[in-house]
Amino acid sequence: MMTNPTGRLTQGQFSFLPDLSDAEITAQIQYGLDKGYAWSVEYTDDPHPRNTYWEMYGMPMFDLKDAAGVLAELHGCRKAFPEHYIRLMAFDSTRGIESIAMSFIVNRPPAEPGFGLVRQEAQGRHMRYTVQSYTTGKPEGERY
Amino acid sequence: MRDALSGSTPITDAKQRYSAGVLKYRQMGYWVPDYEPRDTDILCLFRITPQEGVEPEEAAAAVAGESSTATWTVVWTDRLTACDSYRAKAYRVEPVPGNPGQYFAWVAYDLVLFEEGSIANLTASLIGNVFSFKPLKAVRLEDMRIPVAYIKTFKGPPTGLVVERERLDKFGRPLLGATTKPKLGLSARNYGRVIYEGLKGGLDFMKDDENINSQPFMHWRDRFLYVMDGVNKASAATGEVKGSYLNITAATMEDMYERAEFAKELGSVVVMVDLVIGWTAIQSMANWCRRNDMLMHMHRAGHGTYTRQKNHGVSFRVIAKWLRLAGCDHLHTGTAVGKLEGDPLTVQGYYNVCRDAYTRADLPRGLFFDMDWADTKKVMPVASGGIHAGQMHQLIDLFGDDVILQFGGGTIGHPQGIQAGAVANRVALEAMVKARNEGRDIAREGPAILQAAARHCGPLKAALDTWGEITFNYASTDTSDYAVTPAVS
Repeated sequence: MMTNPTGRLTQGQFSFLPDLSDAEITAQIQYGLDKGYAWSVEYTDDPHPRNTYWEMYGMPMFDLKDAAGVLAELHGCRKAFPEHYIRLMAFDSTRGIESIAMSFIVNRPPAEPGFGLVRQEAQGRHMRYTVQSYTTGKPEGERY
Repeated sequence: MRDALSGSTPITDAKQRYSAGVLKYRQMGYWVPDYEPRDTDILCLFRITPQEGVEPEEAAAAVAGESSTATWTVVWTDRLTACDSYRAKAYRVEPVPGNPGQYFAWVAYDLVLFEEGSIANLTASLIGNVFSFKPLKAVRLEDMRIPVAYIKTFKGPPTGLVVERERLDKFGRPLLGATTKPKLGLSARNYGRVIYEGLKGGLDFMKDDENINSQPFMHWRDRFLYVMDGVNKASAATGEVKGSYLNITAATMEDMYERAEFAKELGSVVVMVDLVIGWTAIQSMANWCRRNDMLMHMHRAGHGTYTRQKNHGVSFRVIAKWLRLAGCDHLHTGTAVGKLEGDPLTVQGYYNVCRDAYTRADLPRGLFFDMDWADTKKVMPVASGGIHAGQMHQLIDLFGDDVILQFGGGTIGHPQGIQAGAVANRVALEAMVKARNEGRDIAREGPAILQAAARHCGPLKAALDTWGEITFNYASTDTSDYAVTPAVS
């Protein structure tokens, strides 16, 4: 288990709160839809802080305006990848933003071993750091 | 003799206008009440307090004159130039509502007066000699309309808040930070302990204070080495990108470049400078940051000496506009509810200047001009100074998501330790964002939302018990003066 105060990966908007219920997730989806965002479901078994590109569970749902529909996609992803990390991301296409407006984790593996810090001593007192997952030594799909 | 010319209207006969002697500024062509500003003009709004007996129009003309081409006497060499276009033109004067003896003066400057991409040049004109000019008791630059034609000569923030969020992988909520305390005296090793605890506990950033450079108790290289150990350990412990603003402010540009390079070598995502390094140094460091994929944090150390008193100096909204053009990614812009000066509406005006794509005139927020930012990147405002978790609803209600909330004492002073302080702030933040998104009225229900979140979070309960009642309710010195009229309502 990770040793930070939550005992788990703390990426995303709501990792310090109790896991969101489907009703609570729906409320967040609705907030994003009301703002005109497009939702996307992404999953990974490599949650390294700099692993930007999680796998897309389908394309961003640009034309889906129904929160229940987004939640159904999430259910599909959970069923296909029950022990992966899954996040919901909302894309805002407003000029000058054109980026992600919301992102939060909605599924986790049963155990989260986290990361170790590899130090490489260099010249003088220099140190080179590598954040290394305890699970990525195994192939994709077999990590959790 | 000159007074016999009545003194109130421009002299149009060239021979008379340029004969040796002293004229009133109005007579020299610096007061042009029927002037229609051009889209490419730089417009300034000054608040002026003329000396007894100096008419406001003459004082406004003097400001225009002394901030552009005028000197105290007529010079024939003006006639070698296209001097009509080089003269700034005061075109409007109005009494400041509720402040007898003070006037708002609007002045227009032709684009030709300013070097492209140079805040140093811009400010040498606009706040140069004119602020010491004897016929004025006081003068303040309240606001500016910088035209697109001039904005496009600046590169703006090295990174901008949108790309910053992408680099940090943090979206849809304010970022959280804390300034390491005590600000002076910690050894580098002890200092890094505070960094590690705060970041592991849940903060996104830690921060050097403005006066932490390289003093006898802590050499800068030692600080950078220990801090980056804390940053990387915390990143591994949480699975998040973390950072700590390494203050590279130093005596010379060479020193600052050396410190910036070391921060880069150690893998820091951010460096920090203080406003006191000056406009030229700021633009140079922004260039360095742009070349090296580095965020640039700006601490506004010193600004209170010229921004706080509203009869004299430069409003912070103007400083913020200059800094967005000069280039910084984070800028301390006030908290409204914390320990430092700041009327809430006035402070919101500063936030707008940092983040707007198009700033609208908004007199209650001190914004006098519409201004198109022409896709200039946005600066992430920083709220820092005497704020705590119990104010989370007020802070998010006032400032929204694109802000860094920095709880220094409110993290490090937590009764259960630094990690617990960070947890309290992060839980309060996430609970409030979640509640707002669910449609709750956080301004009104905030305290109840915090209490409910504290039921599953002991550190938040302890924070609320310790600081829940702490407020800094003092009258602000810098508020907007405006009259509510149909034209602005």
